[in-house]
Amino acid sequence: MKTYLISLFSPDGPPPEDLDLTTVMADLEVVNADIRAAGGWVFAGGLADQASATTIRRPRDGVADAVLTDGPFAEAKEHLGGLTILRSDDYDVVLGWAERIAGATGLPVEVRPFQGDGDPGQAPTDQ
Amino acid sequence: MTVSGADIARVFRAEHGRAVSVLIRALGDIDLAEDAVQDAFTVAVERWPRDGMPPSPAGWIITTARRRAIDRLRREATREARHTEALALHAADENTAATQEGPVKDERLRLVFTCCHPALSREAQIALTLRLLGGLTTPEIAHAFLVPESTMAQRIVRAKSKIRSAGIPYRVPRDEDLPARLASVLAVLYLVFTEGHTATAGADLGRPDLAAEAIRLARVLVELMPDEPEAAGLLALMLLTEARRPARTDAAGELVVLAEQDRSLWDRALVDEGQALVHRCLRRGAPGPYQLQAAINAVHTDARTAAETDWSQVVALYDHLLRLAPTDVVRLNRAVAVAELDGPQAALALLDRLDLDGYVAFHVVRAELLGRLARWPESATEWDRAAGLSDNGPESRHLLARAARAAGAAARTDDRR
Repeated sequence: MKTYLISLFSPDGPPPEDLDLTTVMADLEVVNADIRAAGGWVFAGGLADQASATTIRRPRDGVADAVLTDGPFAEAKEHLGGLTILRSDDYDVVLGWAERIAGATGLPVEVRPFQGDGDPGQAPTDQ
Repeated sequence: MTVSGADIARVFRAEHGRAVSVLIRALGDIDLAEDAVQDAFTVAVERWPRDGMPPSPAGWIITTARRRAIDRLRREATREARHTEALALHAADENTAATQEGPVKDERLRLVFTCCHPALSREAQIALTLRLLGGLTTPEIAHAFLVPESTMAQRIVRAKSKIRSAGIPYRVPRDEDLPARLASVLAVLYLVFTEGHTATAGADLGRPDLAAEAIRLARVLVELMPDEPEAAGLLALMLLTEARRPARTDAAGELVVLAEQDRSLWDRALVDEGQALVHRCLRRGAPGPYQLQAAINAVHTDARTAAETDWSQVVALYDHLLRLAPTDVVRLNRAVAVAELDGPQAALALLDRLDLDGYVAFHVVRAELLGRLARWPESATEWDRAAGLSDNGPESRHLLARAARAAGAAARTDDRR
């Protein structure tokens, strides 16, 4: 069983006016339900606007203060807008879910495995 | 019978895909499988010249590779236990299932689909297919694609590492995914072939080795997937294109275009095989893009002279192809056939709607059509443009010569005015 991160990239600024967010969320929930049914669900969520991000840098010397910057880490037209973490032993199935998430949102989606085959973090408390 | 180094090299190339695919299945690791097969060939180089070639070279290699892999794993105690487990699991069928043709067929298919998985870049797919299935060495692949060896080595390492860390599966895709996944495999083989047919760059027009390798792999695919007409269509397309190779360059290595080729130089055996495949495909009634392109080539190779070409048949096939693959490149090729049927003016009008400015063939076709209309200055400009876009030595020399001829004709027309 491998754990994967599916990241969703959204363009900066408010969503287009003709976009019906309720439908998008409903479509996403259909995919999420299928991921849960397959036993792959770990976590998913959408992030607040990138303008709300704060970037923090601090050297490892244990002396210097942290430097806070108002804004996201990288200057870009698109930023991480949401993420899904899931488990599966079938990469093609994961790609299939990612394709459906991309299709439901119209946004580019990135699939990336966590290092190693085991659980990358603490097991979620609901399992 | 004595066994030479060349014989062993031939067996290596022919059996590499078979052996590696079985070993990947048994060991669960591509690098381990490759090393084991490499070890087995090292043993073969020592033993075969002395003992003679075994009755089943592939079976011998697989068995020897498996033993070597077990030895290697015992030596490297640091390896994870799961490899040893995998070996234990598969040791039982060592001399039976894995060396028989049926299951091995499936293993090789798995390997093809893993190498051409859509999560890998096209470049990585090509490199892995040639390396694992084709048994080409990394320097050979690097040389074929004119990239530094270190670049190619890095590309292969990165691709294998992605297979491992992302968990790209080692299996034949499910039926519902098969058409899309097969398309990716066919595209890889065709790209290898076209690079062999007309190299992107270099002093020679093509790289016959690469074209031959693509044909060999296409034959393997047809053997593995006999019910896929597009696989047969691709093989036919390759054979009918390759058949014309002897006539494509003159004694000096310069390019000779289809209309001017000496058709008696065409490889009759390849033409016959390709045409037979086309007819068998078309009878199945499931024409796809490769079958249609093969059929178009079959029409060309049917004609004893360029003038005898059945152009209306060619246009009809392009119309069909356009419905499946509505691209400007197909429209360009169709326009060439239209020029033969309805004249250059009609074809030029079709070209005006295409957006192919950076494409050599687009300017070649325009130049040719303008020349037929005696619009020499424009024709010369187009030949020049085409030559400027080509990095292939013989091709660009041919194009520059045409540009000079058109410019000469333009000057003569000017004089007469």
